[in-house]
Amino acid sequence: MRVPEESVGTPSVSPSTGLSDYAREVRGRYQSLLRRRMGLLGLLLALIAASVVLDFSLGPSGLSPSALIRTLLHPHHVPAGQGVIVWQIRLPYALMAVCVGASLGLAGAEMQTVLANPLASPFTLGVSAAAAFGASLAIILGWRLPGVPDAWVVSGDAFVFAIGSVLLLDMVSRRRNAGTGTVVLFGIALVFAFHALVSLLQFVANEDALQDLVFWTMGSLTRATWPKLGLLAAACVIVAPLSFAASWKLTVLRMGEERAASLGVDVPRVRRGALLRVSILSALAVSFVGTIGFVGLVAPHIARRLLGEDHRFYLPGSMLVGALVMSLSSIAARNLLPGVVIPTGIVTALVGIPFFLGIVLRRRSIS
Amino acid sequence: MDGLYCEHMTVRYGRRTVLDDISVGPFPPGRVSALLGPNGSGKSTLLRALAGLGEATGRVMLGVDDLTGLTLARRTRRCLYLPQALPAMVHLQVLESMLAAQHATGVVPPDVQGDEIDAALHMLDVFGIADLSMRYMDELSGGQRQLVGLAQALGRHPDALLLDEPLSALDLHHQFAVMEILRRETAARQIVTVMVLHDLNIAVRMTDYDVILREGRIIAAGAPGAVITPVTLARTYDIVARVEKCSRGLPHVMVDGLR
Repeated sequence: MRVPEESVGTPSVSPSTGLSDYAREVRGRYQSLLRRRMGLLGLLLALIAASVVLDFSLGPSGLSPSALIRTLLHPHHVPAGQGVIVWQIRLPYALMAVCVGASLGLAGAEMQTVLANPLASPFTLGVSAAAAFGASLAIILGWRLPGVPDAWVVSGDAFVFAIGSVLLLDMVSRRRNAGTGTVVLFGIALVFAFHALVSLLQFVANEDALQDLVFWTMGSLTRATWPKLGLLAAACVIVAPLSFAASWKLTVLRMGEERAASLGVDVPRVRRGALLRVSILSALAVSFVGTIGFVGLVAPHIARRLLGEDHRFYLPGSMLVGALVMSLSSIAARNLLPGVVIPTGIVTALVGIPFFLGIVLRRRSIS
Repeated sequence: MDGLYCEHMTVRYGRRTVLDDISVGPFPPGRVSALLGPNGSGKSTLLRALAGLGEATGRVMLGVDDLTGLTLARRTRRCLYLPQALPAMVHLQVLESMLAAQHATGVVPPDVQGDEIDAALHMLDVFGIADLSMRYMDELSGGQRQLVGLAQALGRHPDALLLDEPLSALDLHHQFAVMEILRRETAARQIVTVMVLHDLNIAVRMTDYDVILREGRIIAAGAPGAVITPVTLARTYDIVARVEKCSRGLPHVMVDGLR
């Protein structure tokens, strides 16, 4: 420990002798903290794996584990119906839950950091509402983007509006002197505006379209297909490393915008990058499965309590917590009521809230 | 020319001109300088402009180096501004916040590489808060967080350190301790240290070069004894003040009332 003697021992609380012993102790404690966090991330991964297996194995059709494995390994040697259940329903649902949860968890985590607001999430700042408006245009008015195949019309419209809403947020955040408070208020205004527009469309809709739309807004993993799953997974794989690469800058940003700038962080640029990543992940996720925004709000809070705010752990943590909550919700959605698949959006909130309150209200005792 | 100085600097916030074509300095290396003046006189704006934060026209020089064209990351490595606002109360350990401050620009200078934790602890120890290293920022008092902010700034080893009211949250003991630390580190590293101060007695006793600003203009600049006088204080603060020798022969500013 290279400490010049004369600079140690200011009139202060710290021990003026034995700093190197103390340094050794702190180093040890810090390293064990890092190990504990890695352990927690590993545990979350293991829980997700277990939850996916459970999600995959349980379901109204009551297939036995051996039948499931056989269908996975030899899809062509089983009854066609069984193949469809395993390959077109069980597997994409279970994996989609993980991808959607991870996307929303990461999007929410970055949003809360760059907007310096614990209420920021794709759900609370209008991304979900914008997606719902896009979907309602498709469902009720039959409006479609040119060249979009039938199976993608609703998702396509939803995606356009969702990404548009984040770009609007980004535009507002770029304005000079636009504080993070302004951006959050603008997002809340977007929520109300899009809700009003959706209500207007509902008012003029016919019964069938109305039913479709209401179901869409409840959010459901039953819309998962392999191409959509592939697209979302690819987005996660591309975007997540970019987020992780910005971890130090985002951590510094948490200490205050002005401080981050004075320490050399190009704050507008970091914020733009983060909002761009958020827009891709959250818009894809909500346009594929509907309004499942709650995860994006709670996963970051849970991750922060479990792992602290070093973004090297907080960002992947929020991603994994989101994936886990979503996967557990998916299990609950398909097994809570026998024979009925409840829209996942409903279950997510019901499963997530107790979890969330438990952690947030315990906050003081943890820190 | 040695030290930190700027030439023809103008800063506008919208239509309002806060600093109008001013040239300040050089703030000498190895010594602590103070920036004095009433609220809203442009002190923080000047420090921020020197550090390259916000838009400003004019040229900032550190010795023979022109800082004006550097990227933000490079410039803050050379010339670091410490904002007046305390570090936020986040769920981050003091040690982690030190490491994050070190990594903020993506490049960690070679002299702290390898032993970041030792370097961080040493810096905390300089400010007498090594025992807080594993505590969370959201459990600390305002004064403790201010000390952490100072340790973060000094731990970056800049060539010029610009501190915006670094004593605002500290008790008397720590105000003097921090001044002592800054004087010692400034001299040892031969860096430029400039701080915004409100306490004229600290300025007159513990700084070596003072600049007084009012409404974006320089009222006086030079050695404390020459700058802090009844005449300049009247012009700057609209007060009636005396500078007298105390029983130990040290200068002391006394305010008799408003002008």
